[in-house]
Amino acid sequence: MPELITLLSSLCLLLGAFLIFSGGLGVLRFPDFFTRMHAAGVTETMAVTLIVLGLMLHSGWGLPLFKLLLILLFVMITGPTASHALAKSALHGGLRPLGDDSNNERH
Amino acid sequence: MKHTVSVFLLLASFWLINSGYYKPLLLSFGLVSAIFVVYLTHRMDVVDHESHPLHLFNLKLPSYYLWLVGQLIVSNIDVVKRVWSGKGSISPCTAWLPLSQTSDIGRVIYANSITLTPGTVAMDLEDDRVYVHALSREGLDDLRAGEMDRRVSNLER
Repeated sequence: MPELITLLSSLCLLLGAFLIFSGGLGVLRFPDFFTRMHAAGVTETMAVTLIVLGLMLHSGWGLPLFKLLLILLFVMITGPTASHALAKSALHGGLRPLGDDSNNERH
Repeated sequence: MKHTVSVFLLLASFWLINSGYYKPLLLSFGLVSAIFVVYLTHRMDVVDHESHPLHLFNLKLPSYYLWLVGQLIVSNIDVVKRVWSGKGSISPCTAWLPLSQTSDIGRVIYANSITLTPGTVAMDLEDDRVYVHALSREGLDDLRAGEMDRRVSNLER
């Protein structure tokens, strides 16, 4: 049983690390600010969840488990808020996204 | 009143989880600081149905979260695929989408859910519409189909 949990935990951590790498690669590969933000979105949702899940399996029952859960909760709430603030301020700063239809003008 | 109780319970459990020491002296420090923070939030007038949407906590919420986690996994796989297959696979686009929520908190939940799923970001929010940037046309069409909008509106009832 402990071997199984260690295996599951390692699998989660490995997959999370792969997703973080993919997110980083996306930030380098994608053409403009807004598309890059989507790539960064992968690291702040699935990658964080998998890494924290792996650490939770590793830590076992106890206070650290709940602290990890709190970290996950905070990232899940602050992540989209920060992304939205970033996108909105970029838009208001006059940065036009790629593929923006001109007939879809704001206001 | 129930909002005040909820703030206090939240702060108390937060303190307990973060401290890990259960000696009387430290517990009383925790109690005093929790009560002090409740007093501060009352002075700031931020304890209400918006900062503590207790009315949203019902049986529908867990099922929405479960559905959202499923969406998260699907859209994460989609974005990672597009990252590895390169620039040719993306078709960035923007659009104003209608929303059917009636309360501010409902709109915020919808916009936050859009942003939380990789591949779509809510960039602006008005009373009856939300401005969305999507990594691909398919992602925008999925949102336009209105499944998420319907489910969030269902939470409000």
